[in-house]
Amino acid sequence: MLEIKGLAASIDGKPILRGIDLVVPSGEVHAIMGPNGSGKSTLSYVLAGREDYDVTAGSATFEGADLLAMEPEARAAAGVFLAFQAPVELPGVGNANFLRTALNAVRRARGEAELDAVQFLKLARAETKRLAMADDMLKRNVNVGFSGGEKKRNEVLQMAILRPRLAILDETDSGLDIDALKIVADGVNALRRPEFSALVITHHQRLLDRLVPDRVHILAGGRIVRTGGPDLARELEARGYAAVTADAA
Amino acid sequence: MTMPVPIGAAGFLARYDGLRGRLPGDAAVRDAAAEAFRALGLPGAAPGRREEAWKYTSLRPLADAPFQEPLSAADAGAAGLPQLAPARLVFLDGRYRPELSAPPRGIAVGSFAAEPGFGSLARPDRDPLVALNTMLAGDGARIDVPDGVDGGVLHIASLATAAAGRATAFHPRHSLRLGAGARLVLLETAGGDGRYLHNPVTEIVLGAGARLSHVRWQDDAAEAFHLATIYAELAERAAYEGFTLNLGARVTRTEFHARLAGPEAHAAMHAAQMLAGSQHADVTSVVRHDAPHGTSRQAVKSVLTGRARGVFQGRIEVARAAQKTDGYQMSQALLLSDQAEIDTKPELEIFADDVKCSHGATVGALDPEQMFYLRSRGVPEAEARSMLVHAFLAEALDAVAHEPTRAALDVAVSQWWDRVAA
Ligand SMILES: Nc1ncnc2c1ncn2[C@@H]1O[C@H](COP(=O)(O)OP(=O)(O)OP(=O)(O)O)[C@@H](O)[C@H]1O
Ligand SMILES: [Mg+2]
Repeated sequence: MLEIKGLAASIDGKPILRGIDLVVPSGEVHAIMGPNGSGKSTLSYVLAGREDYDVTAGSATFEGADLLAMEPEARAAAGVFLAFQAPVELPGVGNANFLRTALNAVRRARGEAELDAVQFLKLARAETKRLAMADDMLKRNVNVGFSGGEKKRNEVLQMAILRPRLAILDETDSGLDIDALKIVADGVNALRRPEFSALVITHHQRLLDRLVPDRVHILAGGRIVRTGGPDLARELEARGYAAVTADAA
Repeated sequence: MTMPVPIGAAGFLARYDGLRGRLPGDAAVRDAAAEAFRALGLPGAAPGRREEAWKYTSLRPLADAPFQEPLSAADAGAAGLPQLAPARLVFLDGRYRPELSAPPRGIAVGSFAAEPGFGSLARPDRDPLVALNTMLAGDGARIDVPDGVDGGVLHIASLATAAAGRATAFHPRHSLRLGAGARLVLLETAGGDGRYLHNPVTEIVLGAGARLSHVRWQDDAAEAFHLATIYAELAERAAYEGFTLNLGARVTRTEFHARLAGPEAHAAMHAAQMLAGSQHADVTSVVRHDAPHGTSRQAVKSVLTGRARGVFQGRIEVARAAQKTDGYQMSQALLLSDQAEIDTKPELEIFADDVKCSHGATVGALDPEQMFYLRSRGVPEAEARSMLVHAFLAEALDAVAHEPTRAALDVAVSQWWDRVAA
């Protein structure tokens, strides 16, 4: 499904990703862990199509298509979804309107019928209820005045409504209370199908306990330095990055 | 707001399709006639077809000439007048047209042509365009809402129909009086075709506790000049809630003079301008606080692209007697191109010592992080830009409380980028 080969990227001439090799097959959930500043968010942005990064080498394909050649909206239409580590606020844009515009844009691009306001609201209400979000979150402006945890829940709501084929979650578990953590994990688990994959960036074992990744990768200094099974995360928790990455060297 | 010019038989038939069901009399008779006309065409217009009865006369020149029907009440809507409220006063090229209008009940409505009279607020001695208007004013609306009456919603539509190749100028003189405790929602739209000068002067007198919501939607032709001056005088507890959207015209000036004459009066003069190409639009206001506890608000939002230029000049004057005045002015501009320009000149002149007055100005571009967030959710670039432009104007648009008008303005604002890009 997702295949990254030798991917290198820099910002303002400063290299950040230094040759990432990573394959996430269909139906699998992979975790990426790594020290602060190692390039995890950068990788997620490059995959989602943020323009300020220069890809200097390598490739990324999604279901055989050259992901890096696509506009961000085309990637979304193809089924890529990034839950941002720090979602931006959109003052003046109502959350319901935002979600409906996004869903209908994606449906249009996929050749599916658009949802009218009534159909959409029914869907959105069901999802907010499932995510235990207050109803007024749909009426408020996107992320404006949302608490840290509410912003993360709003990302999960977008994911639930857009139903991606590849979800990249960038520290969606950070700043969440225990109930919310369960909701995020349930949100991802609900999407699990043979044709769904996820790349979960996290610093914490507690999310991985609920998601149970197929593979865990350690990203350090812009490279994947170690890959292992779910146990690798527990080993990290116990021994720290220095020791675990030293083993790999 | 342009009208397609019908040519030949097809043009007349297209026009019939547009008016079908809104013309008087038996529709079946008209339909049958349309079928016949479709079959017959204009004599001599179709090559190779000869009609005996028209053996020596061909109407081919007629078929080649573009025609516009004179406007009638039935098709004023089709000609580009937004349908915002049932009560409507229509001005064509500055002239009141009763046959196109539907005056409201319960309030006195007249025309300047029928009962000319200049108010005491306008200052032709100081303002050159007001002098021009005063010199040449031929018509205008006169509206009087008696004490305690709710005048409902009234739409004043101005439509310019200047013939091609002829530039026209008109100088409407509107006056509006709301008695004590009276209310009115006044919607003004301006549009048209061709090259013209639209130079309205409006004098508004609000009695004690009167409340006027005044929405102005200017979409004059691309070659037009729209130069409007509005004077408002507010008695105690009167409220003027103004919102102006400037979309059209080559050069626009919207000049407000508001005087808060009685205590606890409130004046809001919000505006949004969306300009492209080489359009120029100027909002200039002078708010004078002459009595205590007055509040004034003005948020002017400009969205500029191409080589467009926006201007905001705001002046708040607070007289010595006007203690506890609360005045606020804000100019915010969104520049969508390198060559667009905004000029802002705020001024405060305060003679009272216990007041709260502030003003500010911001200039910015679209936030790339917001753009990326929207696009990463599948929203195409142009639509994402439209959404953010609309969001930028939301605060100013929130001043429009009349729902159908707000909805129509939302559509106009959302479609602006497509129109500019076209
Ligand atoms: N716009 C930028 N200009 C300069 N440096 C940048 C920019 N964006 C990111 N970086 C740098 O790139 C490196 C990787 O950042 P990134 O956000 O990808 O790290 P991360 O692994 O997600 O860290 P964290 O765990 O703290 O979220 C950091 O050193 C960061 O300072
Ligand atoms: Mg990060």
